[in-house]
Formats: sequence, C-alpha cells, structure tokens
Amino acid sequence: MIAVYLLLLLSAAGILFFGLIGHKEDIGKLNTRINAVSLFITIWLAITVFNQGTILSSGKAFLIDSFNVYLIVLTAFVGFTTSLFSAPYMAHEKEIGKLSDSRLKLYYSMYQGFMLAMYLVLTTNNMGIMWVSMEGATLATVLLVSLYRTPESIEAAWKYFILCGVGIAQALFGTILLYYAASQIGDSENALLWTVLHEHATQLNPDILEIAFVFLLIGYGTKIGLVPLHNWLPDAHSEGPTPMSAVLSGLLLNDALYAVVRNKMLVDGATQSHIAGYLMMGFGLVSFLVAALFLHRQKDIKRLFSYSSIEHMGLMTFAFGIGGPLATFAALLHMTVHSLVKSAIFVTVGYASQLAGTQKISGIRGLIKTQPKVGWGLLIGTVAIAGFPPFGVFTSEFLVLLATMREYPWLTPLLLLGIGIAFAGLFRHIQPIVYGEKPEGQSPIKANFIPVIVHLGLALWLGLAIPGFLSDWFSQATLLISGSAL
Amino acid sequence: MNIESQDFYTQAILSMSALVGLTSFLMLGQGRLLRLIFVFAVQGLLLTLTTSMVAFSLDNPHLYISAVLTFALKVVFIPWMLQKQVLAMNMHRDVEALKNNTAVMLGGASLMVFSYYVLQPIIHTSSMIMLNALAVSLSVVLLGLLLMISHRQAVAHVVGFMSIENGLFFAAIVATNGMPMVVELGVAFDVLVAAVLFGIFFLHIRTSIDSLDVDMMNKLNEVDR
Repeated sequence: MIAVYLLLLLSAAGILFFGLIGHKEDIGKLNTRINAVSLFITIWLAITVFNQGTILSSGKAFLIDSFNVYLIVLTAFVGFTTSLFSAPYMAHEKEIGKLSDSRLKLYYSMYQGFMLAMYLVLTTNNMGIMWVSMEGATLATVLLVSLYRTPESIEAAWKYFILCGVGIAQALFGTILLYYAASQIGDSENALLWTVLHEHATQLNPDILEIAFVFLLIGYGTKIGLVPLHNWLPDAHSEGPTPMSAVLSGLLLNDALYAVVRNKMLVDGATQSHIAGYLMMGFGLVSFLVAALFLHRQKDIKRLFSYSSIEHMGLMTFAFGIGGPLATFAALLHMTVHSLVKSAIFVTVGYASQLAGTQKISGIRGLIKTQPKVGWGLLIGTVAIAGFPPFGVFTSEFLVLLATMREYPWLTPLLLLGIGIAFAGLFRHIQPIVYGEKPEGQSPIKANFIPVIVHLGLALWLGLAIPGFLSDWFSQATLLISGSAL
Repeated sequence: MNIESQDFYTQAILSMSALVGLTSFLMLGQGRLLRLIFVFAVQGLLLTLTTSMVAFSLDNPHLYISAVLTFALKVVFIPWMLQKQVLAMNMHRDVEALKNNTAVMLGGASLMVFSYYVLQPIIHTSSMIMLNALAVSLSVVLLGLLLMISHRQAVAHVVGFMSIENGLFFAAIVATNGMPMVVELGVAFDVLVAAVLFGIFFLHIRTSIDSLDVDMMNKLNEVDR
C-alpha cells in the first residue's frame, strides 16, 4: 500500500518543485527521472497485487485490483516515455523562442499535476474523489493547451475548459444520485466507496441508478470524446504542445473510460439488465463511425490523429457495452495497445511537424527522404493503428469483431465498414507525407526515438504473443468486470 | 401533497428550492452583466442559507463548514472577481441583446417540466419533497446550460458554469445532506481553481481578441474549409 502513497506524494512534490525551478537547464531530465521512479513504484505495486490479490488501504481510501493496476502501470509507462520525448522537444521549442521560462515552469509543474490526477482517478476507492480528480485533470491540462498563447490555442483551451467542465458536471449529478441511492441502504459516510457500493449493488434502487448512469455516461463520456460531445478533443490535441497530445490521447481518455466502466459495474449489479450496455454500445458505435468519416476531411495532422483517437475510444466503449467476457477482454487489450501506439504516433508527429515547421498535412512531405526514422516511425505507427496484423490493435479489433458476431451479428458489417473507412482516411493523408518528394531545405532534427521504438515494439509483441502474466491479469480483470471468466 | 400539513423544515426546504429555481430563471433573461452577477450571488446566498438550515436541523457540524465555503466562494469571491472583470472591460453599461428571449424563457420552462419527468421514477423510493428538490436542482443545471447557449459574453458563460455547480450542490445538500467531507472539500477546491483559471483566461482572451465575446472565437472548425 505504501507504494500508492509514494506514487501520489512523488507527483505532488513534482508539482511544487517544478513550479519553483522548472525553467532551469536540463529540467526535462529531472522530469524524466521522476516519471521513471513512478514507473518503478507502479511495477512494484503491480507485483504486490499479482502476488497478494486485491489490496484495500487501511482507511479504505484506496483500492488496487486487477482492473486498475494494469492501467496504473500503463499510465506510469506512457508518462515516462512521453517525458523522454518531451525533454528535447520542449528544449527545442524554447530555443526557437516559442516559450518563455515561466511557461516552461508551468508546463513541467502541470505535467506532474496531470499525472497526479490520473493516478488518483485510478487508485481511489471513492467515487466522489474519482470525480474530483477527473475534474482536476481538466484543470491541470487546460493551461497547457493554451501554452503557446496563440488565438487558436486560447480558443481551443476555452472550448476544452467549458465543454469538459460542463460535461463533467453531469457526472457529478450522476454521482450524487448514486450516493442518494446508496445512502438509502444505510452507512452514509462510506456510501460512496466503490467496494461498499459493489458489495451492495443488488440492493441499490435500479430506477435511480438507471438515471444516474445516463448522467455519468454523458459526463465522463465528454472526457472520453464520445460523439456528439467530442468537439473539444481535436482542438485541444492540435493546439497544445505535442507531448500533451500524447498523454491526453494515451491516458486521459482511457481513465475516463475506466470511470464509466466502474460505474457500469454498479449499475449492472443493481438493474440486472443490459440497459447500461446498450447505452454504451450506441454511443460507442456512433462515435466510431462518425470519427472514421471525419478522418477524411482533416487538414491538420494532429487533428487527424485525434479523430482516430475518438474512433478507437468509440470502439472500446462499444466493446465494454457488449459486456461478455470476450468483448471485455478485447476492450482491455485495445485500451493498452491503443495507448501505446497512439502516444508513439503523437511523438513521431511531433518530430514531423518540427521538421516541416508546420502541422498542416499539405506542408509535411517527403519524411522518409529527409529523416527515414521519422518517416518509417509514422508509417509503421499508422499501419499499427489502422489495425493491420501483426500489431496488437489487429488482435483486439479482431476479438471485438468476434464478440460482436457472436452477440449481435447484424452489427458486424457496420464495424467492418468503419474500420475500412478509417483505414482509407488515414492512408490518403499519410501516404504523401511519408513517400512524397522532400521540399527544399528540409533537414533532419535531433530526435529521441526510444519511446517510439519501445511502444511500437510492445504493440508488436502484444500482437504476436501476449505474455502469460499479462493475459492472467486481463483474465482476472475480465472476470471482475463481466462476472464470468473467458 | 398539501404544503401546510408538512413540518416547518420541509416547508422551508421547498420554499428554498422554489427560490433557487426562480433565480435561475432571472439569470436566464438577464442582459446586463452586473445584474446577472448580482443574481448569481443571490443564488449563492440562498444555497448558504439552505445549507445552514440543513446543518442546524440535523445538528451536523460538517455542513456548517460547507456553508462557510459556499459563502466565501459563491457569494463573495466569484462575484467579486467577475464584477472586477466587467468593470475593467467597461462592459457594465452594455446590454446584451438576447436573441429569441421568449423562446429561451419558454425553453427554460420546458426544461423544468422535463426535469420533473426525468426524475419521476424517484418518487417510488422517497417523498414528494425529494422529487421537488432533485428536480429543481436538475433544472438549475439545465438552465445553466441554456444560459451558456443563449449568451455570448464569456462572463455570462462563467456565471452559467458556476450556476450549474450551484444546482449540483443544492442536490447534494437537500437529497443526501451533503456529500462526505473529503468529496465536498475536493469539489470546493476544484471550483476555486476553476474560478482562478477563468480569471486568467479572461486576460488571455482579452489580449487575443480584444473582447470577451465568445462568438468571435471561431477559428477552429470540425473540418477545415
């Protein structure tokens, strides 16, 4: 349990520390080190959970079970590799005069603030605190979206702030209704603890929980980026600094989905029906299809990949909505591989746009000829995210398709259609970017490729063979979420 | 339900919910920013009163803390900050011409009816009072959204945002006698940080578009044209 406290304290210390001295030379390295230590702590935590099973802290404030522990490790991992990328990236941005010292302080301080909020969302046992830290994640990142202070970035940050703030307020209403339902069965001080709620789920009033779930899904769904609540997402991703896009896509969206799934488990227990699942399937499928179509009309490379994030989050929401063990397993796997691949893509996209000096797709050309690593990184990343074998995204999408065929065969064509449209949408933009002729005067930049190689390598590994301990974890989490083993 | 047959506490709660709902409607039709902020402060005051009343009748000390927090944040700090912005931008004499004011008010009324409709199932589990209180809170939330849609000034958006928070707080106080203390402190902290961030944002928006009219922020589109 001590690992959890250490993890939270470390990030909290990071906020204060970087707030004071975040502008010094080589501070990016320190940020990397803090995240590396966090990664070690989470691995330690994971090993403990692996050996001992679910841990509940003595005050019942924190809960680590098989569902959240792997997300915690994933969060720390993506946080760490992104900080590897962010150190030279931000140094470059400062060199070319886009950022001042005080903004750099803000950036590093809020990077840790965001990590703290993410860890809290995942580790807390209290549904109220989960809401508070989800809102905290918005507050931490909103100033990072407007870090460059261009009119576009301020507009994006304002939209992000208002839409996510209003959206997440709906989730608070849902949480209050949940608390209301729970306080009717006694013990009001502990009534928001997930463990207590889950234990008494069948006694909770199904009518109230149904209403509550609608609000919770809308609220956290805004953060997941479900259509039609997704408007903030492409703006925030495209206008903020690229490391931020990587962690937003790789972590924030996952954690919001995690919150929805936790609540769904309670609602399923109370209603004994599939109503929550149907809602999630509907929202998920619409997001998946709409985002796939929007991919075709994008002119900005970061917006392109943020629509791809919406598409994949839609698919995961859909899969969790189907609900059986196979679909749940697939969704968990998809969460992991999507985070890995998408953050790798955003890292390469960051380099590509620094290379070309623009984020406009029409301005980025001939990457393979200029700097083969960037070009191939982007191409392989795109192949992976589009769901080609042998990468992990293929495996998870294939499993989702299988589950759909089993439960709702008539939805399979829609899914296949969406995957096809998304593939075409990505490749029509990426093909000229990587293969095209190189423009005059474009020269290679200094870039750290370890994050990309590690992420894509892991995604490849997960596609070829899922290691035993990981599949064990997924199976345990599947059992926890869907109630039956694979 | 005959209101005279209820005990004093219930009657007071019901009148408070009516007043809170009324302030939301007042804000909805308000084109002057200073008056909008004033009504918002009044709503905050009503919340403070409700909280203290619940705290007194239940003899629950932690609710007094929430009451003090609400007073400090929603009656003093946020209105003061917004008023300062309005005066600094010299917008206090402008009257925002609200488009379709009638439609907006009618829409607000139907949202209230809708809230009652949505929360109807709750009646099976508890009293009529709870339905009233929760439905009013939900309609305050929805009216806050409508306020944000119908006004163009960033200040009005912040008032709408904060009044949504008010609606949620009212629900928490009346339906469940407040959330657990840690959660309430967390929410208050978030509101405080959000308020400070809004202040920072006003500054940025002003320097970037030289106005606080959010309709002028229209550079980003779903698809590039």
